[in-house]
Amino acid sequence: MEYLIIIVSAVFVNNFVLSQILGICPFLGVSKKIDTSVGMGIAVTFVMGVASVFTYALNAYVLTPLNLEYIQTIVFILVIAVLVQIAEIIIKRFSSTLYNALGVYLPLITTNCAVLGVALINVTPSLNYNLLSAFVNGVFSGVGFTLALVLMAGIREKTVTSDVPRAFRGFPIALITAGIMSMAFLAFSGMV
Amino acid sequence: MKKREIALNGILKSNPTFRLVLGTCPTLAVTTTAVNSLAMGLAVTFVLVCSNMMISLLRKVIPDNVRIAAFITVIATFVTILQMLMKSLLPDLYSALGIFLPLIVVNCIILGRAEAFASKNGVADSITDGFSMGIGFTASLTLIGVIRELLGSGSFFSLSLGVRSPMSVFVLPAGGFFVYGILMAVINHITYKSEKSRLLKKERAE
Repeated sequence: MEYLIIIVSAVFVNNFVLSQILGICPFLGVSKKIDTSVGMGIAVTFVMGVASVFTYALNAYVLTPLNLEYIQTIVFILVIAVLVQIAEIIIKRFSSTLYNALGVYLPLITTNCAVLGVALINVTPSLNYNLLSAFVNGVFSGVGFTLALVLMAGIREKTVTSDVPRAFRGFPIALITAGIMSMAFLAFSGMV
Repeated sequence: MKKREIALNGILKSNPTFRLVLGTCPTLAVTTTAVNSLAMGLAVTFVLVCSNMMISLLRKVIPDNVRIAAFITVIATFVTILQMLMKSLLPDLYSALGIFLPLIVVNCIILGRAEAFASKNGVADSITDGFSMGIGFTASLTLIGVIRELLGSGSFFSLSLGVRSPMSVFVLPAGGFFVYGILMAVINHITYKSEKSRLLKKERAE
């Protein structure tokens, strides 16, 4: 039950993009086509899941016993950078189709604030997560990110052909679209 | 580039928020009040100036193929210093900015300037560039913050204006998207207009 609450909360109620405003750069940058947004979403979900486990474990079993919590930020970002690099090597080695699909997005993920964001949220003392709930939260926050990204891409594929006022073309109309989506997601608030 | 050009570049021509569209997460997330926006802007300016200076000093030492990792480490160090300073000096702001303070590490403006400017230019120019970009970012954030606070909670820099029922949607994430999008459209419109009048003047002169 506890995990079900985390899942519903991560995907819908506290959607990373539309409620917590994390990962906006790729949300605006890579949401022009549905297939690329699915690829980006899967890559981010993968890294978020793995990064959650590693950063949580490092924080709980190394940094906290040694009283080194103040270097959390540095350690986390380095762990994420290394993980992204390893993920790239592994995917390249074992599945060239997957690598061709995700390859270009992988380096971008290091500076995606959703990944560092979920790592920092997982170790918030008030949430009292354990290793498994950190992993579940990581993966399903990634799923929530993917959901928002794919929905956005679906809408943007349609607005490309519509007659948008000149000043609103590009980013402004994308931001207004995101605002309306965010209002729609408000309906989920209070569910958990 | 001349000093003056570098100093004005970040504020107008390549304003990080409205022109380059970098660092959008803090731009939308912390601008619910004018005070938070100003604080976030100044925090980013601090990190930007320090990291630009440090990276410019180290630009001949850092090997090319590990430069991104080196830049991120330098930036993360300054963010950690900032976190420690704010935690002890300004605990209220520290908790108001929440995880967006450590997330300055992945703010694309800082890494972007390190890569595009500080790793190629001298120390004095890099510091000027950091200041210019930081001030441009701070000004844009504060503008969004003032508008959202005014409409969403009916106050100006936490000073209540006695509005009975403010439109609270503007302090929610949705309002952030709307205000940012509309401001960007307004700026685009002004740019198109001034370009048009400049072209007309040119034609007339000919």
